[in-house]
Amino acid sequence: MSSFTPENRDRAREIVARYPFARSAVLPLLHLAQEQDGWVSPEAIEEVAALVDQEPAQVLGTCSFYTMYKRDGRKELVVSVCTNVSCLVNGGPELYELLSERYSEAGDVMVEEVECLAACDTAPVFQVNYEFHGNATGESATTTIEEYRSGARVPRGVSGGKRA
Amino acid sequence: MAVTETRIVTNRLREFTEDSWTIDRYLATGGYDMLRQALTMQPVQIQDEQVKASGLRGRGGAGFGTGQKWSFLPKGIYPRYLAVNGDEGEPSTFKDHMLIERDPHQIIEGVVISAFAIEAHIAFIYVRGEFALGIERLEQAVADAYAKGFIGKNILGSGFDLEVVVHRGAGAYIAGDETGLLSSLEGERAMPRIKPPFPAVQGLYAKPTVVNNVETMSTVPHILRMGGEEYAKLGVGRSTGTRIFSVSGHVARPGNYEVELGITFRQLIDELAGGVRGGKQMKFFIPGGASAPWLMPEHLDAPLDMDYVGSELKTMLGSGAIMVFDEDTNPALIAWRLLKFFAHESCGKCTPCREGSMWLEKVLFRISHGLGRPQDLDMMLSFGSTIVPGLNAPFSQTTICAMGPSTMSAVVSLDRFFREEILEMCNAGAARPTIPVTSA
Ligand SMILES: Cc1cc2nc3c(=O)[nH]c(=O)nc-3n(C[C@H](O)[C@H](O)[C@H](O)COP(=O)(O)O)c2cc1C
Ligand code: FES
Repeated sequence: MSSFTPENRDRAREIVARYPFARSAVLPLLHLAQEQDGWVSPEAIEEVAALVDQEPAQVLGTCSFYTMYKRDGRKELVVSVCTNVSCLVNGGPELYELLSERYSEAGDVMVEEVECLAACDTAPVFQVNYEFHGNATGESATTTIEEYRSGARVPRGVSGGKRA
Repeated sequence: MAVTETRIVTNRLREFTEDSWTIDRYLATGGYDMLRQALTMQPVQIQDEQVKASGLRGRGGAGFGTGQKWSFLPKGIYPRYLAVNGDEGEPSTFKDHMLIERDPHQIIEGVVISAFAIEAHIAFIYVRGEFALGIERLEQAVADAYAKGFIGKNILGSGFDLEVVVHRGAGAYIAGDETGLLSSLEGERAMPRIKPPFPAVQGLYAKPTVVNNVETMSTVPHILRMGGEEYAKLGVGRSTGTRIFSVSGHVARPGNYEVELGITFRQLIDELAGGVRGGKQMKFFIPGGASAPWLMPEHLDAPLDMDYVGSELKTMLGSGAIMVFDEDTNPALIAWRLLKFFAHESCGKCTPCREGSMWLEKVLFRISHGLGRPQDLDMMLSFGSTIVPGLNAPFSQTTICAMGPSTMSAVVSLDRFFREEILEMCNAGAARPTIPVTSA
């Protein structure tokens, strides 16, 4: 069973061809799978493994090392809130608490705490599907997230790429 | 006289905020002229007369001489690879993010010139996965550069071929370490590798590889434009040129400031970044990212000079991240959050880093949350000396990469500057009935 669409299958082959050795394509292929499906499914792991001529266990081992890959079901909106020190002294942890509380029941919004997002001059910082939003307050962040939910803002794919 | 920025690498992106990342703007502002010039030179000329003569030192953190690093490539062994480090994960560093999003062609021009100089025919630009917009712009820039013949086969008729691949990371600080980056590029967990062999000798796919930072690459075209010797006149001592410093925390004007090396911390923090906001006093600052030992207000008049900061102040300019904390800051809380970062990001390969960061985080959690014990600080120093034998600067290490010793920077700083305050907190904490060991 193929997990990539025919179009993405072509893209996958093109990605593999960029590298002198196929195994270097593991990370970009996992991104492609996540862009398409909203997560990295077990089927995607198998297909990526076949494309780079590795065992699925090897690909899973690599995949599980990297925090961006979500392996526990499809995500619509991933809200990543930074709580590292420059955000900490600007209300990052409070923002994280508030958003994770507010969306704890929402099936379409996953709120996660993340490390410094390299945008500390606009602390506190959060991302929605890897799109940056700075100088956030609880209210401005909620408004922004609601805009994504209502379709007023078009989110990137869950891996930050184009929406599938 | 008030200090100002010296904008070399950041000039275009500051001046043309509307479209600094586009090929049209880049070409309209002299872009790729230096590539044209470089392709008429001998590779060794670029290496010696330009890059080595400029005194350029890596902007990724370690500050190693760029020309010198290139000269370590063994003669006659091919293929060689260039791997560009845009993983920028060092807490509170946000300069490469800006360069990738807002001046990607400048990086590419530096990459093509550098690849020509080291005779590499494939260059990988490893970009932190979370930089979605940056990756989009960089990929567009690479496509535009291919279309104009600045990358690809027979570049500008010179006979030189280069492929450039943008490689997206996926969330792992340790992929920023040069050997972790190579593991990640090979499709594995980003686990660092033992050196030697150094990447210059056996790097990507066990072939000679140069790893350089995004800001380092962005500087290369300007070195050619100014001339290596001219560039070396900027700066102070062996810290030549300019650097971009990311200033954040409790300052009035957080941001990236490109300054000539040799100005003082005070000029950077007070004059450019507006000083501590809200009329408060500074309590302490961290001069080079989370990995750097901390400094105090009494050090503000020291120069931004990599050697001076290392030998006299026992810390480093590192990644160029300067975090400023005001008088109301609890230093133990900052130390705990930094250790939480290290504990999360330790790749787990070396026991001292994996276990050490985890235990430091737990002990700092209880100290910073008012539950410390009087012996806690000394206990951390005691087991910490198995990560950094002797605890003396410059830190030695018992781990494969420099992340191990980095985990002790905050703790050593607490001991250096806040021992009394920590002991006081711990004595108060010891009076409490329960002392949890685990964090949230
Ligand atoms: C744990 C760790 C993380 C690092 N992260 C980065 C990084 O995000 N970006 C970077 O350029 N260098 C980083 N470095 C430094 C690199 O190992 C390497 O020195 C640098 O990329 C070389 O480029 P340069 O000589 O141009 O500075 C890191 C080092 C360590 C030990
Ligand atoms: S500390 Fe939050 S973006 Fe850097």
